[in-house]
Amino acid sequence: MSGLYPRDWSVQPAANTPDYRTTKFRSPTRPLVRLENTPSDSTGPVFNHDDLGPDDWNLLTNFARPGESPIGPRIFVHGRVLDENARPVPNALVECWQANAGGRYRHKVDTYLAPIDPNFGGCGRTLTDSEGRYRFHTVQPGAYPWPNGPNTWRPAHVHFSVFGEAFAQRLITQCYFEGDPFIPLCAIVQTIPSAEAVDGVTAKLDMSETVPHDMVAYRFDIILRGRHRTWHEGGL
Amino acid sequence: MTRPNKERVESASQTAGPYVHIGLAPTAAGFEIYEEAGRDIAGPNAEGERIRVEGVVWDGAGEPVRDALIEVWQPNAAGNYAPDGVEAGFRGWGRVICDFDTGEWAFETVRPGAKEGAPHLNLWIVARGINIGLHTRMYFPDATEDPVLTQLGARAHTLLATEQTTGVYRFDIRLQGTQETVFFDV
Ligand SMILES: [Fe+3]
Repeated sequence: MSGLYPRDWSVQPAANTPDYRTTKFRSPTRPLVRLENTPSDSTGPVFNHDDLGPDDWNLLTNFARPGESPIGPRIFVHGRVLDENARPVPNALVECWQANAGGRYRHKVDTYLAPIDPNFGGCGRTLTDSEGRYRFHTVQPGAYPWPNGPNTWRPAHVHFSVFGEAFAQRLITQCYFEGDPFIPLCAIVQTIPSAEAVDGVTAKLDMSETVPHDMVAYRFDIILRGRHRTWHEGGL
Repeated sequence: MTRPNKERVESASQTAGPYVHIGLAPTAAGFEIYEEAGRDIAGPNAEGERIRVEGVVWDGAGEPVRDALIEVWQPNAAGNYAPDGVEAGFRGWGRVICDFDTGEWAFETVRPGAKEGAPHLNLWIVARGINIGLHTRMYFPDATEDPVLTQLGARAHTLLATEQTTGVYRFDIRLQGTQETVFFDV
């Protein structure tokens, strides 16, 4: 079994990022202990279509009352889950969650002024196809204020949770939308150490897939850690 | 750092945030939408000793992390990771959330076996204020002859659960402090 490439920490946020204040007491202070891969982390859970409902990927319908629809710009976010070798990751469970178009989450601890949308749950899940592709239909999430400072706002975003083939590939990230003026102002985005890496989690308007008179498409690829190539894979 | 053979760069991690439950445990967020994954780690057919594991994730100020979510990945009693060599219905993966008031979490499973080293549960922790998910391991109190524990030396005890009553283990996770849990770069 071939191991994963060691994680490249130069593209990942540090644990303690003082501008994002909550990290202060929630960041380990000692260095992570590097382990060579073993089955404990080079394997991972396998999911199948029986785990999911047919509508789980469609946030426009998966919580809406019959014949109704959530309020807000209709969009779809699509892309591929790939690894660092640019190989597609098929059958990956991708889960997402987001605020509604007003920036309000359907969560018992969210008390933001913007109202709950009765037709929007705000979560979805899907499995990538054989080419690593996924797609979510949803509404454009709104920006929302958060208590990191006196006047701090999150850019519009969709949270993504992704499984690869190995538990060590497990990743949670957020999908931002290109052109959002809050991106450079947000302390959570700015935990990411480089502009290139921020760009890597910023979805791009995709006019080639945008559906006329219906929904705007955004493209968002997710890259998971890759495996060392081994000699017997050389011919593939 | 050089990146031989790499054509792409891993996507940057971002915190799961305080509303992680909407996506990964919506019932806890306060609504019903679909059957949640990860509720039953071992499944009904699993062989071996049924155990319960419980704990709290503590922050550096001594407060429970009440919004954390923990995922478990483990082999069956024979030491096999799914899907190979396991009982029907054994996935070996699950997730639990912390109680919003007390921070206590708990899950039920079977005691894992091990092909090499000592039996352990692999845990992955996310929460608001955690920028990238934390990998750790929980070992049982009687763990011996494990290369990872040996490598950790004086910090190895932070990965040992305590047995509360028969089959009930407690594993507190400390993000900071003198007893800071060991987290891995795997
Ligand atoms: Fe958010």
